[in-house]
Amino acid sequence: MGRRDKTRQKVEAGLPRRRRKELVFKFTGMLATAVGIVFLGVFFSSLIAQSATAFKQTFLKLEIELTEDVLAPGGELDLTYADFDGLVRAALRAELPEVSSRSDRRELYRIVSIGAGYQVRDLVAGNPELLGTTQTLWVPASSNVDMLIKGNIDSNLDESLRPMSDKQVEWVRRLQEAGRLETRFNRALFTNGDSREPELAGIKGAVMGSLYMLIVTIVLSFPIGVAAAIYLEEFAPRNRWSDLIEVNINNLAAVPSIVFGLLGLAVFINWAALPRSAPLVGGLVLTLLTLPVIIIASRASIKAVPPSIREAALGLGASQMQVVFHHVLPLALPGMLTGAIIGMSRALGESAPLLMIGMVAFIVDVPGGFTDPATALPVQIYLWADSPERAFAERTSAAIVVLLGFLLVMNLTAVILRKRMERKW
Amino acid sequence: MQSTTLILLLGFMAIAAFYFGRGRSLSLVGGPGHGMALHSLPGYYGYYVAIWVALPALALLLLWMVIEPRLIISMVVSGLPESYRSLPAGELNLLVNNIQNLASGDVISVDADEMLQAAAARFNAYAVKSQQILAVLALGVAGLGGAHAWRQIHPDLRARNRVERVVRWFLIAASSIAIFTTVGIVLSVLFEAIRFFQKVPMTEFLFGLNWSPQMAIRADQVGSSGSFGAVPLFTGTLLITSIAMVVAVPVGLMTAIYLAEYSSSRVRGIAKPLLEVLAGIPTVVYGFFAALTVAPWVRRAGESVGFEVASESALAAGLVMGIMIIPLVSSLADDAINAVPTAMRDGALGLGSTRSETMTKVILPAALPGIVGGILLAVSRAIGETMIVVMAAGLAANLTANPFEAVTTVTVQIVTLLVGDQEFDSAKTLAAFALGLMLFIVTLFLNVIGLGVVRKYREQYD
Repeated sequence: MGRRDKTRQKVEAGLPRRRRKELVFKFTGMLATAVGIVFLGVFFSSLIAQSATAFKQTFLKLEIELTEDVLAPGGELDLTYADFDGLVRAALRAELPEVSSRSDRRELYRIVSIGAGYQVRDLVAGNPELLGTTQTLWVPASSNVDMLIKGNIDSNLDESLRPMSDKQVEWVRRLQEAGRLETRFNRALFTNGDSREPELAGIKGAVMGSLYMLIVTIVLSFPIGVAAAIYLEEFAPRNRWSDLIEVNINNLAAVPSIVFGLLGLAVFINWAALPRSAPLVGGLVLTLLTLPVIIIASRASIKAVPPSIREAALGLGASQMQVVFHHVLPLALPGMLTGAIIGMSRALGESAPLLMIGMVAFIVDVPGGFTDPATALPVQIYLWADSPERAFAERTSAAIVVLLGFLLVMNLTAVILRKRMERKW
Repeated sequence: MQSTTLILLLGFMAIAAFYFGRGRSLSLVGGPGHGMALHSLPGYYGYYVAIWVALPALALLLLWMVIEPRLIISMVVSGLPESYRSLPAGELNLLVNNIQNLASGDVISVDADEMLQAAAARFNAYAVKSQQILAVLALGVAGLGGAHAWRQIHPDLRARNRVERVVRWFLIAASSIAIFTTVGIVLSVLFEAIRFFQKVPMTEFLFGLNWSPQMAIRADQVGSSGSFGAVPLFTGTLLITSIAMVVAVPVGLMTAIYLAEYSSSRVRGIAKPLLEVLAGIPTVVYGFFAALTVAPWVRRAGESVGFEVASESALAAGLVMGIMIIPLVSSLADDAINAVPTAMRDGALGLGSTRSETMTKVILPAALPGIVGGILLAVSRAIGETMIVVMAAGLAANLTANPFEAVTTVTVQIVTLLVGDQEFDSAKTLAAFALGLMLFIVTLFLNVIGLGVVRKYREQYD
């Protein structure tokens, strides 16, 4: 009796300590789970806060005289050499007539974006009949003005510490009071290629580059991945060769992506002499990168097709190839498509290998084909994140929001596809 | 004719060949009602002819595309005056480049004199002629192939077996691409690395303490040789990886334990997908966050307690990388924990141990090999991670273990050395491939062990 009591006493004496330990352990677990989720919250809220302003852009209303002796000096419309900037500047001077000294005027001109001249040229090129008239135009203000209006440049700061002079701030205030400045939807962000001027920079070039690359990637990697998965699951004899392939695929899925970039540089660009910076090469590299993902997903979905289906088809006299292509493949296709979409979303977010094959070049034009120089959306984010201008930081956030939006749509599609097409056997 | 038009045309020919072949097989046995007299289904005779039309022609096309540029260049060069042909290889290359650019209508760096103009015109003429010859040849081969298959069609022809054999070879080729990729990686990295080690001794690369790959343009400049001691890069990589692991391993492990053992299924249903979102964010986005949000924050926090923190500190990059790796660690740990049989868990609980004691004394020891394998995979991921460190870590190759200082990593240096135009004979460019080789070997080693361990212990309890 005494011995049992002693044991019980011992156990009971230890209980509070053990319960405390249990509580601490559980609490640590909660805390750890919270770390990831809190990070996600902080990340998304800071991203949204930073990007919100990038979708708006400050515009300046100017009365621009399309004078004939500037635009058509010889009686003929001259779009190449006419001084469109001069027209914009004249309109700006008319707005603030008391700015007279040369240096002041030069500062004044910096209020308006260099894109204003192009806008006037495009207008005249499209409507030559406007020659000689005065047009009211909303032209983009320079990025500094934009930042000032959005409150990212502190006008109370000392003049030497901010990118705008006191005079410029004063002019902007006056234009604002006169109702000449307005923030509108930033269409340039979605319709322009890259630019050195933040107010003109857009992501269209990068989005198109990514699109061309993904087309190459899906066209190559989906058929090849599915074919490889079919062979490995349905035909491959269990021998050294198929083991080697298997190990290889699993390893390739874990090789750092930058190594694929080295491969692309050495093989596609240096050896095969394909053009640098082209979506074609990017697509080839991303194909090799996503193949393991697609093969692994396709194999899993072939494995999920019950053997009874194969046996029934074989029993009815189908050849092995007919079994696979008439019965197994259609049943496994939804799973394969899900895998392909996930592989594509990985390819869309990938940037390290693209840096190796020259897709980081500064490219203004929107690419029109598979061999045009291009960048990709993640690389554009990298390039903008490196730019010192404050205005590029908010555009980087906006580009990230767009990228995450694409990824979200792709992953949702995959989830819905899986839910819709999933079959329970 | 453009190659795309040619390919489209071949495609149409193949489709037409399918219908002709199928119709021919049926007409041989006397109409659609008598298909039973054929060895294979009529469609297979169609595929058979289509394959004979398309495959040889496509093979020819591919071969032509490989040979054509070299052939044209050598023909253009042989047509140049003798004084140009005897130029050294480098200058001749430059000349050929100029001719090609001129031919495609680009601006070139030298005056386009008459000789160049003529050569460019010849280049274009050859290109046009080559396209014409190719079109004729390819269509001819397609027609011949089709005719050959057409004549072979016979009720006894084992069309299905032949078509299936071709499909089978296609499947084998597709699955071999994984091997070719690995071989391609090894060869491309290895060859350039060997060329690098011919210029810089391997011992200097592996054990040298000084990394400054800038090569001088003139021989008499300071630091004209460049030095390629990669130890600072290795230690930098190690430092950032360790910081990431210090964050990811405890957090990921405890997350897995909490979600597997304590949380209600509702919490699990919310927390797991959220953590998967963490895994789906592109690394360039993490890099942006590390460089613009976390790094200034670390710097301010460090300065408020009196530390001197570099603006590109290893700490900021490591922290964010750790967060990125949490989902990987937690999902692999989750697998390992779930692989432990319930009987062991129930037994421990039945003997009166608390949940935490069950976990730390029974389940974790049993799951340890799987968890270690997962951690190895996570380390390999951290070593190979590029964008976060490119954006948030520095370029200066400091040999230090202080997380508040800026360090550089292997991947950062590969990117820095290879972004922009490269020449494939400078040690600077080749050094990147040597670093790539090191990276590939180390991550391959970790992956093979990690994958092996994970798979072995996942099966052990089944």
